Amino acid sequence: MSVNDETADTKAAVTTRKPTPELDRRRFLNQLSLALSGVVAVLLGVPVIGFLISPLLRKVPRIWRSVGALDDFKEGDIVEVTFEDSSALPWAGLTQKTAAWLSRQQGDKFVAFSVNCSHLGCPVRWEANAQLFMCPCHGGVYYKDGQVAAGPPPRGLTRYPVRIQSGNVEILTSPAPIT
Amino acid sequence: METLRKLWLWFDDRTGASAIWKATAGHLVPPNTGWWYVFGSATLVAFIVQVVTGIALATIYVPSTADAYHTLQFINHGATLGHLLRGLHYFGASAMVLFVGIHVTRTFLMAAYKYPREMSWLSGSALLLLIVGMGFTGQLLRWDQIAFWSVYIAAEQAGRVPLVGKTLAHFILAGNTVGGATLSRFYAFHVFFIPMLIFGSIGAHLYLVIRNGISEPPQKGHPVDPKTYRRWYEDLLKREGRPFWPDAVWRDIVFAAAVIVVLLVLAWAVGAPQLTKPPDPTILVAEPRPDWYLLWYFALLALIPARLENYVIVLGPLFFVMFLVLPPLIANKGERSASRRPWAVAMVLACWMLIATLWIQGRRSPWSPDFTAIPLPETVVGATSGPVYEGAQLFHSKGCEYCHSVSGYGGHRGPDLTDVGERLTTDQTTIRIMNGGTNMPAFGSTLSGQELNYLVTFLASRKSQHAAETMMSEREHRIFAAKPMLGAGNTS
Repeated sequence: MSVNDETADTKAAVTTRKPTPELDRRRFLNQLSLALSGVVAVLLGVPVIGFLISPLLRKVPRIWRSVGALDDFKEGDIVEVTFEDSSALPWAGLTQKTAAWLSRQQGDKFVAFSVNCSHLGCPVRWEANAQLFMCPCHGGVYYKDGQVAAGPPPRGLTRYPVRIQSGNVEILTSPAPIT
Repeated sequence: METLRKLWLWFDDRTGASAIWKATAGHLVPPNTGWWYVFGSATLVAFIVQVVTGIALATIYVPSTADAYHTLQFINHGATLGHLLRGLHYFGASAMVLFVGIHVTRTFLMAAYKYPREMSWLSGSALLLLIVGMGFTGQLLRWDQIAFWSVYIAAEQAGRVPLVGKTLAHFILAGNTVGGATLSRFYAFHVFFIPMLIFGSIGAHLYLVIRNGISEPPQKGHPVDPKTYRRWYEDLLKREGRPFWPDAVWRDIVFAAAVIVVLLVLAWAVGAPQLTKPPDPTILVAEPRPDWYLLWYFALLALIPARLENYVIVLGPLFFVMFLVLPPLIANKGERSASRRPWAVAMVLACWMLIATLWIQGRRSPWSPDFTAIPLPETVVGATSGPVYEGAQLFHSKGCEYCHSVSGYGGHRGPDLTDVGERLTTDQTTIRIMNGGTNMPAFGSTLSGQELNYLVTFLASRKSQHAAETMMSEREHRIFAAKPMLGAGNTS
């Protein structure tokens, strides 16, 4: 309490006194200190924040990854395929892998679905007998073409670009779909 | 002895230690602060357990996406006392959440947020939010399969924020996908950043207790008047105040000791949750669930109508923060006694009932397909061959049983079909299966005509025991007369 009272007293004294060289100097020093503190805070803050948001600025290349030979996939089947991220960090371990649901529809027509439910990102399972994708979290269900069949998903499963290149099926590495 | 005394006097003169002790531990508190006042200090004690066990765990834990899972396995199964330490950290976290919940309820019911303790309430609110943040980031550091998918769930929720959602989501992921940078980021938040804020907020929270005093137990007909309250409180302390140490603190310490013993017993006997499968993005059989303290929120996300979802995900947390911030700003004077504040009591009851109901739903999660459903046993099916039997097999293999239960087997997403044969005609059942409906996929394109017939026959045979006995002969005759190819006689 006594500390507060003192500050209050000094303030009152400062405001009531007439401007003198002494007070001008004090005002200048006050402003100098505040301004300098602000400047060094920015000097330190910019690189730190820049470092923290650097993952957002990093350009991640997108690469076509082979997920198997064309003949490995049967028409009408939907199977899980796995491939590596385009530029995983050296200590990424298991997480450098990615999965997708690959559907060979007719002939050479392939569709690759993200495994993330469009509701909140949980991994959907392909239930081959029921011919449905089902999400274990909040009960999202999709048909085999990725369209919503039931539950809370706001839209169908995200599709990844897929192509056939010299007898291999390739998927383009893509960012995680955020609804 | 004399040397020791001199040494102490020197130390005390240079540091002012005894003056600080007198001003803090010796500060006067109102009489009759009973056992309801222990939960603030209990939260602090649980936090200290978290700091101590957290530092110990950090001596082994490696926050890299490649190694974290293995180091946790080692802590659990290899390191001496590692199992106990992890258990303590888990139950310590649970205790913190539980006690801070009771503490905030107690202070709200006693209106301790009123003048002059508004800032105590606000700093406590900050602590409550920080503790929830610790709980969530802590579960992620477990870095098993559930933790891995939880990052996506967090990012998806952040992604619902207008305009900056995607950026926020990728900030949480620390990139385009969950990868090398993700875990280190959550580690830094869990171990440095949020604890730093917690230490600061606890400092402020405790300083305010010394500055404004502990709120006296409220009395009916003693409203708070900002003009006179401070003087009145000082007089109360002068008349009846007693030193915090030891007159009031003994309850805190007895309770804290009990808490520590219970934590030790739980950590030793129950232990922290087992790690699930490794954080492998290609293992798609996973059932992400938050730890118990966020299970109610998990339930909320499943149960809100789809069109309100974005509002709840984005505005829900904001509304919660507002709910915490508003009381001291709009009602900082007047009656403090709960018996004179029926709306306050109603709000607390509503909050706890909402959370409890959602929590129970979260434990059952009836909206999720039950992937563990086993084929219906013969006693339920009532046939070992023929259309009813075939239909029962399809009921399981086609996924119907994930969502519908029959005689206690199966999931709860859709209606119970134990006696559906009494409620729906075969035509209605057929249409429903073919076209689907609210929250039910259409199976028209995935079932053959034969399969559909089997399924419908099986479902038509689902009747309550009593109804089955009285209605069987007449009804069966009608059903199977319409579909002669199915044959009759397998429904009993």
